[in-house]
Amino acid sequence: MSLLPNAAVLLGKELRTEFRSRELLTTTIVFILIVIVLFSFTFDPTSDESRRFAPGLLWLAFLFASSLMLQPCFLREQHNDTLSALRLSVSDPFAIFLAKLTANTLFLLLTELLLLPIFATMYNVPVLSVLHWLVLVFFLASLGISIAGTALSAISAQARMRELLLPLLMLPLLTPILVASTEVTKALFDRAPYVQWKGIGFLAVFDVVFLTALWLFGEYLLEE
Amino acid sequence: MAKNILAAALVFLLLAAAAYASFFIAPTDAKQGLIYRILFLHVSSAWTGLTAFLIGFVGNLLYVWKRQPRWDWLGVSAVEVGLAFTTVVLVTGPIWAHPVWGIWWTWDARLTSTFVMWLLYVSYLLLRTLVEEPDRRALFSALFGIFAFLDVPLVFGSIRWWRTQHPQPIVMGGADSGMDPVMFRVLMFAWLAMLALMTLLLRQRYRLEAMRSELESMRHELEAA
Repeated sequence: MSLLPNAAVLLGKELRTEFRSRELLTTTIVFILIVIVLFSFTFDPTSDESRRFAPGLLWLAFLFASSLMLQPCFLREQHNDTLSALRLSVSDPFAIFLAKLTANTLFLLLTELLLLPIFATMYNVPVLSVLHWLVLVFFLASLGISIAGTALSAISAQARMRELLLPLLMLPLLTPILVASTEVTKALFDRAPYVQWKGIGFLAVFDVVFLTALWLFGEYLLEE
Repeated sequence: MAKNILAAALVFLLLAAAAYASFFIAPTDAKQGLIYRILFLHVSSAWTGLTAFLIGFVGNLLYVWKRQPRWDWLGVSAVEVGLAFTTVVLVTGPIWAHPVWGIWWTWDARLTSTFVMWLLYVSYLLLRTLVEEPDRRALFSALFGIFAFLDVPLVFGSIRWWRTQHPQPIVMGGADSGMDPVMFRVLMFAWLAMLALMTLLLRQRYRLEAMRSELESMRHELEAA
C-alpha cells in the first residue's frame, strides 16, 4: 500500500511549490478582501443585517475565490509536461489527486482563517465563542470544494477557455456546499448560537460521496 | 424512413390522446379550477426529463467502462433531450405559479433545484463544445455527467432542507397527500406519452450524433491525407 506515502511526498511538493512564491495565497486573499468590501455596498452592514447576510456573503466569496484558486492546480503541470512525470512516479494515480486536494484544502482553510478576523471586525459578527465550530465547518466545506474542484480543474485544464470553464463547471456542482455551510454558519452567528448538526452531517456526506467518486473515476481524468 | 414516420405518427397520436385526457377526462380541481390542468404537461415533462438524465448517466458510466463511442452518443443525446423536457418544466412552472401562488417564481426547493440541475447539464453541453479531441471530449463529458448526476440528489436535499417553505409532494408524499384516482391515471398516461416522445427524440438525436461523429472522423482522414 504505497498510496499514502506517495501522496505525502506529492503533498510536500505541492506545499513547497506554493510556499516558495505564495502567489496563490496572496492573490486569493486580496480577491476575497475586494469581494468583502464590494459586498458591503449592496446592503447596510449594521449588526442585525450582518447576521442575516454575512454567512451567505462569506461563503459566496470563498466559493468564487476557490474557483480562481483551483485554476493553476493542473494547469501548471502542463508547462513542462510534469503531469506525465507525476503519473509515472506513482503506482496509483489517486495519490496525485489526494495530494492536490489536501494541498488545496489546506490553502483554502488557511485563507479562510486569515480572513475571518478581518471579516468579523468589518461585519460585526462575534466569532470567538464559536471559533472551534467555525473551523470544523471551514474544514468540511473546504474539503468538499477541493475534492470537486480538483477533479474539475483536471478537466478544465485540457479545454479551451479554461479560465471561464472551471467556475462554470464548479459553481453549480457546489450549490449543496454553499447552502449547507451558509446555514450552519448562520446558526453559529445567531444571537443565541447553536450547532446545526444536520448541516455538518450533510457537508460530511457531500465530502464522502465525491471523494468516493474521485477515487473510482479519478484515474480516467489523468489519461493521456 | 417509413418506420420513422410511423413511429412519429404513433407518438403524435399518444400525445393527442394525453392532451384530450388532460382537458376532458380528468376532473377539474376543487381549489385551483382549470389552471391545474397544466400539471399533466408540467409533471410528466419533469419525470421524463429525469428519466432522460438517468439514461444519460447510464450512458456516461458505460462509456467510461467500455470506451465505445456509441455510449458517448447515448450520453449526449439523453442530456440534450432531458434538457429540452426540463426547459418545458421551467417554462410551464411559472405559467402555473402565477395564477395559483400570485408570483411567477419562488425560490422553492423543487423550482430551484430543477434550475440548478438545468444549469449543470447546460455546463455539460458547454464542456463538450470546448474540448476538441473526440475521445477526450467523450471521456471528460462522461465523467462530468457522472459527477453532475451524483450532485442532483444533494442539490435537491440541501435546498429542500434549508431553502423552502416545504410544500409536500403530492405523489408519494406524506400521509395527507394523494390525488383523485382519475387524475392520477391521466397523469400516468401523460407520462407514458411523454416517454414515447422522449424515445423518439432520443433515437433521432442518437443517429444524428452517430453521423456527426462519422463525418468528423472522415474529415480528420481527409486532413491527414
